[in-house]
Amino acid sequence: MTLKKNILALRQKKAIVEKGGGDKAIEKQVAMGKMTARERILGLLDANSFYEYDLFVEHEETNFGMENKVLAGDGVITGTGNINGAPVCIYAQDFTVMGGSLGLKHARKITKIMDHAMKMKVPCIGINDSGGARIQEGIGALAGYGEIFYRNTMASGVIPQISVILGPCAGGAVYSPALTDFVFVVENISKMFITGPNVIESVLGEKISQEDLGGARVHAEITGNAHFYALTEKECLNQIKELVSLIPHSNQVKAVKVKPMKPSSRKNIEKIIPSDPKQPYDVRDVIFALADDSKFLEVQELWAPNIVIGFGRMNGDTVGFVANQPMYLAGVLDCDASDKAARFIRFCDAFNIPIITLEDMPGYLPGVDQEHAGVIRHGAKMLYAYSEATVPKITVILRKAYGGGYIAMNSRHLGADFMFAWPGAEIAVMGPEGAANIIFRKEIMEAEDEDAMRQQKVKEYIEKFANPFVAAAKGYIDAVIEPSETRELLLHSLGVSQHKDDYRPAKKHGIPPF
Amino acid sequence: MKKETPEYVQFAVTARKYKTLLTKKYLNRKVWVDPNPFEIQSFIPGTIVQIPIKEGHVVKEGELILIVEAMKMRNRILMPFTARIKKINVVLGERVPKDTLMIELEPVDSKKK
Repeated sequence: MTLKKNILALRQKKAIVEKGGGDKAIEKQVAMGKMTARERILGLLDANSFYEYDLFVEHEETNFGMENKVLAGDGVITGTGNINGAPVCIYAQDFTVMGGSLGLKHARKITKIMDHAMKMKVPCIGINDSGGARIQEGIGALAGYGEIFYRNTMASGVIPQISVILGPCAGGAVYSPALTDFVFVVENISKMFITGPNVIESVLGEKISQEDLGGARVHAEITGNAHFYALTEKECLNQIKELVSLIPHSNQVKAVKVKPMKPSSRKNIEKIIPSDPKQPYDVRDVIFALADDSKFLEVQELWAPNIVIGFGRMNGDTVGFVANQPMYLAGVLDCDASDKAARFIRFCDAFNIPIITLEDMPGYLPGVDQEHAGVIRHGAKMLYAYSEATVPKITVILRKAYGGGYIAMNSRHLGADFMFAWPGAEIAVMGPEGAANIIFRKEIMEAEDEDAMRQQKVKEYIEKFANPFVAAAKGYIDAVIEPSETRELLLHSLGVSQHKDDYRPAKKHGIPPF
Repeated sequence: MKKETPEYVQFAVTARKYKTLLTKKYLNRKVWVDPNPFEIQSFIPGTIVQIPIKEGHVVKEGELILIVEAMKMRNRILMPFTARIKKINVVLGERVPKDTLMIELEPVDSKKK
């Protein structure tokens, strides 16, 4: 009978702690339009798959009246469970327990589940909803953050790390998400900043709301700190499930292969791109025409939209797409676009995901702001990332490939394995107008009708140089192909590169232009 | 993202103009203006705590003209070159945002005594 009694006592004890901060605090959480930490975990994981660890962990702080405070689970829920049948490690900060504040034990629960994820080689998902450091614990809280950051860095490139910002995440706390691979934010709920509006106003006199300073939209569109933006928590959880189903669960395996499917897009690939290189179009239509089932999970959709990055599948296997987007800023490369693409390329390389590059760009964005923002250093990140990557690298030049951008967009010269060009591709040192103006400057100046001469010289330049055949004649392009052949050739290239073996010189690590 | 009939604009990259959309960030970028050496601007938001100069006076290069307190630091603003103080646009205790025109200068010989 005592066992039965013990079981009942356990159930009772669990039920109390599982309530987190209690009914009143939960009511408050709901009133803010937020799910509770437990609801979030259960909403994300497969039904009945969650097992909680360290439910009965308690803090050990004895200062500032903390000795009398009981904090359920020390404000964080940790455990393991499945997403689409595959195991993940997860933690969720519980805002109902002392504002989800981070003390040493709270942090140690997190580092324990992170260590577990590293050993088991499964993704680690962190749901952040915390007022920040638990001030009463002083240095203990800081130590806790530091121990998390250290593990984020050690796990980088070994297991996928996902941060979900479902509440405030301020001060030092923001550095954990920043060190992870993907950050998810939700409109009106996520708030991330190093120093909040109060400090900014008192020190600098600048008045700004939390939302305008570090709301979801700001991080999705302006700062680039967030990778996925959703309007509701539910949408956010679905985005996470989709991402987790597409990426490998560690750097030692490939992503789960699914049944190969033909593209379902009805758009004729030959009709997507206007032949006039000055006309815009949505490059995502090309991706839809190439990817299995025309499915594409775009990463950082709102930030630096002049370059498109994301995951799709080819013949059932996950691939990463990097594509210039002529619809925005003519598809130029700039600081943000280079930064965005470079990090994505490094993720793909770390996790054995082949990279397909679709190129149509007029060069780097001219401007004082760009030069002063360090476009040299940012642009170099992309060269570095492509050169360093040893996964299969395939490029298709759709239309324009000019100058430094041509080199940067996974050119043969940076080690592309396959280089294809559509017949209308213009591969040249710069746009024909610019080139003609320089090369034929004298002829144009001396002509009676300068404009007519310029037009004629531009035409000559296009015919002679702004085409794929000059590069093809030198072997820089492997084949000039018809758009309708593109998918077949991509599938073929991916097949050929199944056992690709590429070496890099032994080193501790490179020094990319961070 | 927004798919409803986008309104494309002409956007010049080198000698060619492309039809495209602009991003909010691009539209909000800071446009470069050639700095005018005769304008003393705030490089950080702060509070004016000392104004040891007067309008019309000639001040020598390197002399103190303002103290702006920002981030708990008293930043000493020094005269960049010898010139006459044409106008002081700030008062003691004023809180100035970044890039505020605080003091205007003029060449010494511009006003004959």
